[in-house]
Amino acid sequence: MEQKKDTLLEIHNLSVSFSMYGHGFERTNLKVISDLHLTVHPGEIVAIAGSSGSGKSLLASAILGILPDNAVVEGHLHYKGQELTPDLQKKLCGKEIALVPQSVAYLDPLMKVGAQVDGHCRPKPVQKRRKLFERLQLPDNTPRLYPFQLSGGMARRVLVSTALITDAELIIADEPTPGMSLYQALEALKMFREMADEGKAVVLITHDIDLAVEFADRVAVFYAGTTVETAPVSDFKAGVDALRHPYSKALWRALPQNGFEPVPGFQPYAGNLPRGCLFAPRCPYRTAECERQVPPVRELRGGEVRCYHGT
Amino acid sequence: MDRGIFARLVKNFVVYGLRIISLLLAVSIIAFTLVSASPIDPVQQYILGLGTAVSPEKRAEIEAYWGVNEPPVRRYLTWLNELLHGNMGESAIYRRPVSDILWERFANSLALMLCAWVLAGVIGFALGCVMGMYRDRLPDKIIKKVCYILSSMPTFWLGLLLLLVFSVWLGWFPIGFSSPIGVLSENVTVGQKIYHLILPAFTLSLMSFSNIALHTRQKLIDVLNSEYVLFARARGEGRWTVLCRHGLRNILLPALTLQFASFAELFGGSVMAENVFSYPGLGSAVSAAGLQGDVPLLLGITLFSTLFVSVGNLIANLLYGVIDPQIREVGR
Amino acid sequence: MQNNTKQPSYGRQLYKRSNKKPLNRINYLNNRKRAVILTTSLTIIFVIVYVAGMLISEDAVSGSFLNAKIAPCFKYPFGTDALGRNVFLRTLKGLSVSITVGIAASAISAVIAVLVGVAAAAGSRWLDAVINWIIDLVMSVPHTILIILISFCLGRGMKGLLVGIAATHWCSLARVIRGEVLQLRSQQYIAVSRRLGKSSGWIFVNHILPHLVPQFFVGLVLMFPHAILHEASISFLGFGLPPEQPAIGIILAESMRYLSTGMWWTAVLPGITLVLIVLLVDKLGDNIKMILDPYRAQE
Repeated sequence: MEQKKDTLLEIHNLSVSFSMYGHGFERTNLKVISDLHLTVHPGEIVAIAGSSGSGKSLLASAILGILPDNAVVEGHLHYKGQELTPDLQKKLCGKEIALVPQSVAYLDPLMKVGAQVDGHCRPKPVQKRRKLFERLQLPDNTPRLYPFQLSGGMARRVLVSTALITDAELIIADEPTPGMSLYQALEALKMFREMADEGKAVVLITHDIDLAVEFADRVAVFYAGTTVETAPVSDFKAGVDALRHPYSKALWRALPQNGFEPVPGFQPYAGNLPRGCLFAPRCPYRTAECERQVPPVRELRGGEVRCYHGT
Repeated sequence: MDRGIFARLVKNFVVYGLRIISLLLAVSIIAFTLVSASPIDPVQQYILGLGTAVSPEKRAEIEAYWGVNEPPVRRYLTWLNELLHGNMGESAIYRRPVSDILWERFANSLALMLCAWVLAGVIGFALGCVMGMYRDRLPDKIIKKVCYILSSMPTFWLGLLLLLVFSVWLGWFPIGFSSPIGVLSENVTVGQKIYHLILPAFTLSLMSFSNIALHTRQKLIDVLNSEYVLFARARGEGRWTVLCRHGLRNILLPALTLQFASFAELFGGSVMAENVFSYPGLGSAVSAAGLQGDVPLLLGITLFSTLFVSVGNLIANLLYGVIDPQIREVGR
Repeated sequence: MQNNTKQPSYGRQLYKRSNKKPLNRINYLNNRKRAVILTTSLTIIFVIVYVAGMLISEDAVSGSFLNAKIAPCFKYPFGTDALGRNVFLRTLKGLSVSITVGIAASAISAVIAVLVGVAAAAGSRWLDAVINWIIDLVMSVPHTILIILISFCLGRGMKGLLVGIAATHWCSLARVIRGEVLQLRSQQYIAVSRRLGKSSGWIFVNHILPHLVPQFFVGLVLMFPHAILHEASISFLGFGLPPEQPAIGIILAESMRYLSTGMWWTAVLPGITLVLIVLLVDKLGDNIKMILDPYRAQE
């Protein structure tokens, strides 16, 4: 496959499934992420928005190579044009690719925050950490605290700092802002923005579309383990007609300021995905074609959409 | 913050101290009741132990000393009073004050138990880590099997096997006695003592390491499955870095606590090991005392072993409260 | 250090668990079937050993000096001892004696454990504290010492051994039962029952007791290996059964005397038999746990 030189991360046809062995030779696959496409360019923030259970966090795990042992990954992951193999992941993780995890449970309960943010690499980036903590308004005694002593907002900022302290080119932030005050959230996101402006990239995983729209350059809408649409942020600002996929439109309408209309139906469970388009059972525009075959990704008005009928 | 820890330490110490005293008191009552109810007549045993015929007057004198004709409660109170003044009576089989025997034998037992305890702790912890790191792979399966088999063996039989292999067949170690026969106990060198200590200590540690190993394995697996280890791996930490940075930190303390809380099993095991190897510690003394009706010695060792176990539990509790910051915080 | 609180499962496991549902059923059925078959066959072996031991007559285990100290051979699989007795038959007979003591002691112990555990969880905080203190008390004396004391009190012999083992082994099961009852009491259906005007006794018999039955049997079976090992140990020390009884502990104690003469078989073979029986019952316990309480047995 031809690689564009200016992509930092390219995900092509990625599927993650869990294989379960029963007794004897029975074996089933549960597809949690199916045929996912995503491209991240240097200098941009890509938001991945979707409801819970759509496989967002698993995508982060797949990029970082920390999926459980029984997960099977298919498709291609490219980092700076290189195939992201497990060996390469081991080499890059924590250095070039950094994760901002979801909750304080990702911190060692018995290790003080300072040592934990510094990480295992030598020399310890103590000076850098001090500056970061100051900027994130963390109190002076924070490095000497244990994780359970942190308040919710402090914990988030500490988690964000674990990524910012590295010289990572790509930051994957998994729900980084809940619990922070508005000011702190903005400060953290501003720091992501600055990093992006320096030519790095941030993948912001969130279920908060407003936030995504505010800070990201592009938004990828996630549904049942795949991206149904990738659109420039301006399209979200422009309104429902600028969007391409029926799900994105429904999502847009479900926002409080846009009518608060719920999307009817349920997201399909990983065990029994529909054969055709994943959204078809809930889609008002579905046709026989949608139910027969998964629509391919196509480029449309500067974005990407996975729908036969998207306009 | 540090003052808080100190205050809590003192508080815990006092609370557990009082609990230990209440337990010791209860054990003394129960033990005294049990030996009093025994059909084995301690006076008769004492006289038998003298080895000579005893005149009726002498017998009456001995009976008066033992308080045979007094009511049991009175007898108990007299005994307790003497005990609190440091007099534990005279051993019928050794013809010496019980307290002297206790200290002398305890020194031997302590050497044995300490060696076994440290050895079992270190081996158990290390093997537990190996099992956890290689979970469900060959090393784990093999060590786990060994642990289960070892914990299904009676201590004394394992001792017998080691005796058979190392003393009888290979001739590396002596068959019993902590000092060479015919040498006065004062003249026994440290080297000889250690030489006689190896097999019993080895037996005892083999018996107790499986518990700590299986416990450490489970704890390590829990830690390795935790989200913080997942994150550590996402930050580029390798398997062994994870073990050193997060694993040990989170499993060492529970293991140490368990080790201190296992003094009862250790003491029980040492009774068996000492009897197999004729090692002159408390364990061989207690079975001799029980078999030959030496009531003062039996009571003395019972109380002493209770104290020993309680001290282990006390240390375990204090350790747990002091080092673990989470508990430290909850306790405030 | 009995701790029954479940650790929350984190990240990696979470994925596995939540997705495993459909298969778990197949898995579980197969495991269950296997467990039933294993349990049955292990029980049969156990019963055969026990009955065979009981059926061996006194004459068969008495010996003559003519065939003393024979190494294991076809006629005497475990050889003969210094008095010319057939060690194999003696071991079998000894095993069935040990098994009797083990079963009786663990049964008594398990009953004590249920009574104490239920009493502790019954509601009175005061009673709970007292019971906890008693458990601490029993745990703070090394079991071997306590059994020696009790055996001494009862003039040694079988009775002392039985009472001693029964009195020392109930603590951990009592704690499990206490935890179980406390957990059951906080369940919603119990509260509903109470609202419906059912008496405490009715609730106990209908809602709590059925949950304790499996705990009781599993506890009983898992207690047995400890009991039989203690029985052997105490007999070995000379506090248990009288020397003419062919108990395993006594056979091994006798073998000590001839160890230096190279009579390895009287020490090794009966011991291995004992270990095998203990392993067998351990396995049996695990399987019964799997059958009665399949979800918890995965730990």
